[in-house]
Amino acid sequence: MKVALETNQLIALAMKQIEPHVVAAYPITPSTEVVQEFSQYVANGDVRTEFVPVESEHSAMSACLAASLSGARVMTATASQGLAFMWEMLHIAAASRAPIVTIVANRALSAPINIHGDHADSMGARDTGWLQLWAETAQEAYDNTIQAIKIAEDPRVRFPMLVNYDGFTTSHAVETVEILEDDQVRNFIGSIPKPQYSLLDTEHPTSFGVLALQDYYMEFRKAQAEAYKNVKDVVLEVADAYAKLTGRKYGILEDYKLDDADVVLVAMNSAAGTAKDTVDALRKEGKKVGVLKIRLFRPFPVEEIREALKNAKAVAVMDRAYTFGGPAGPLFEEVATAMVNQNQKPLLGDFVTGLGGRDITTDEIKQIFDTGYKALEKGAFEPLVNWVGVRE
Amino acid sequence: MKEQKWNELPEGVIIPEGGNSQGSYIVAGWRTFKPVVNLDKCIHCMTCWIMCPDNAIEAKGGKMIGFDYEACKGCGVCAEVCPVKVIDMVKEER
Repeated sequence: MKVALETNQLIALAMKQIEPHVVAAYPITPSTEVVQEFSQYVANGDVRTEFVPVESEHSAMSACLAASLSGARVMTATASQGLAFMWEMLHIAAASRAPIVTIVANRALSAPINIHGDHADSMGARDTGWLQLWAETAQEAYDNTIQAIKIAEDPRVRFPMLVNYDGFTTSHAVETVEILEDDQVRNFIGSIPKPQYSLLDTEHPTSFGVLALQDYYMEFRKAQAEAYKNVKDVVLEVADAYAKLTGRKYGILEDYKLDDADVVLVAMNSAAGTAKDTVDALRKEGKKVGVLKIRLFRPFPVEEIREALKNAKAVAVMDRAYTFGGPAGPLFEEVATAMVNQNQKPLLGDFVTGLGGRDITTDEIKQIFDTGYKALEKGAFEPLVNWVGVRE
Repeated sequence: MKEQKWNELPEGVIIPEGGNSQGSYIVAGWRTFKPVVNLDKCIHCMTCWIMCPDNAIEAKGGKMIGFDYEACKGCGVCAEVCPVKVIDMVKEER
């Protein structure tokens, strides 16, 4: 069935179809409508979800955590300062293996205050242990939301997951999308697998949120670090099952004209679409360019990135966030780490673009590809980090 | 007790049993004052047992019998709430 909805409304609809046991949320721009519309579904009796209208995002994630550790299917939505305010609970949720799915309409962090599209919020959460899916379009945001439930709750995974899409550019855009019937969604996700240990299992008392000092902390952390190795297989399995249901096939990455590409742009979320259009235009001029779009950012797909970039001569990484005081933007740092010990590796450059919702235009992306070609002539990206579209 | 390896731990940050804090860590090394009870005058109302933030009041058969000094931080709540004032806070001697 086709519908034309704002992405936020579409995601609220996906949540209605999923019908989580518990949603605890505090609305924040630009994901407000997700919470607003979903709370209307609850008020109208369309879903049986326990909706907890908390007083802050910190409380939202705390309530989600307790519900999830009780064995409930749990979702919430946030952005920007809201995700930042959840920060300490994000770490606890991941380490506690609570498979909460959180919708994030990516938005800039303060200061200065800005409500528009930017990846600083979820990039700031990259060390919390949450899994992360990123979406170029409304369709992908819808499809990722449903798949995220199945990935996060899989007994081989049991980690919380962020479902990202760009604030305003995507969250407030109306697109025609193909949606599933409610019963198709419910059959696909099934019921949440019963956890081995549950807060409400009084027959088997268990201590949660325990203390582990010098004698055990490293073992807990190593166990957590190892558990991410299962995630990619489950992401692909779920994608296969989803493709059988819908005909829409997703991977860990999306290659766009990479096979013979000399200069490759790495992008996430909505800018990947603009980049693909730019590639089409440049290909008509005979330029061998391509785009690598990252769908699964956590766990970071190191082997897949190496494979995708093995023929590239110059790689321009687009960062819609910055690591202040660091060597480059966060996505660049991750891609560079993936490539560092490869014998044959492309030249790598970082391009900071679109902060605070500034448009990322095809002209700017052409300029980035040009810089890639110049780097090939010079033998290096100089400087390593380029701010694109900033007044100088 | 043999220390577990990372791959022997249960999933998540849990211990698959309750009441496991006693005896596993001494978490009271910084106490300045310790509570001492005069059991001859204690009326076993169990107010201290309810109010103790660290489960450090030892009880048996519904009666207060003393303190778990490996858990007690010496906060003095028990002495404060005792209705018959039979708990004294005594300076630790080291």
